[in-house]
Amino acid sequence: MNAPIGTTGLQDAGATLIRVQTEDFDVGREIAALRQANARIGAVASFIGVCRDVNDGASVAGMVLEHYPGMTERALAQIAEEARGRWDVIDLLMIHRVGSLMPTDQIVLVVVTSAHRGEAFAACEFLMDYLKTRAPFWKKESTPGGERWVDARTSDDAAAQRWETQG
Amino acid sequence: MPTAMVHLLYFARLRESLGTDSERFELPAGVADVDALLQCLRSRGGAWERELAPGRPVRAAVNQDMAGPATPVRDGDEVAFFPPVTGG
Repeated sequence: MNAPIGTTGLQDAGATLIRVQTEDFDVGREIAALRQANARIGAVASFIGVCRDVNDGASVAGMVLEHYPGMTERALAQIAEEARGRWDVIDLLMIHRVGSLMPTDQIVLVVVTSAHRGEAFAACEFLMDYLKTRAPFWKKESTPGGERWVDARTSDDAAAQRWETQG
Repeated sequence: MPTAMVHLLYFARLRESLGTDSERFELPAGVADVDALLQCLRSRGGAWERELAPGRPVRAAVNQDMAGPATPVRDGDEVAFFPPVTGG
């Protein structure tokens, strides 16, 4: 399941891997699997989003991540496709957890492999910016004042907007 | 005239405030896009009127693609309403 799709003819054809899961993920193992499968990879960029114990001035004991099954996978696949259209990348891996999470838990992993670093860095940031504004996930935090839904940030919209003009 | 049915879904804060996560809904004659559908739901009053009021941060998806007010809604469609997303 974790293994990238085998190369068929195209030497440097990579894989697009998307997973929405309650279980944790092993970043080292995920990256090793991608690298092992393709000797054309010269660069690996990754991003890990982590559950914090504080947000908007309140301490956070944990959170529950809700999503829209079906649309989530579809939205992530569309975001990955868009990244492939913009950059010459090899593999795109996106793992997002749902369900109950505690501070220090990993929430999301994005890994991009490419021949050279520029493509991997840019595509990785793009994937996260688009994921934050287009993939149907919602966070509900437990704070001393009770449970509260996390509000979307305008800074996230601005971050995603940058890519519209940059192309 | 055959009736047009859609499947409505509600997520996150909206699901809680409206007290439901899904329903089968018969499209009244003339209701053919997201905006018109929202107006119908608002006319139920109470939490519906309040939560779906114009200016409230409500997003929509039709058949699992992000939608706008003018996106068409047809018989058999899955239409979801939810707050702005906060994943990552």
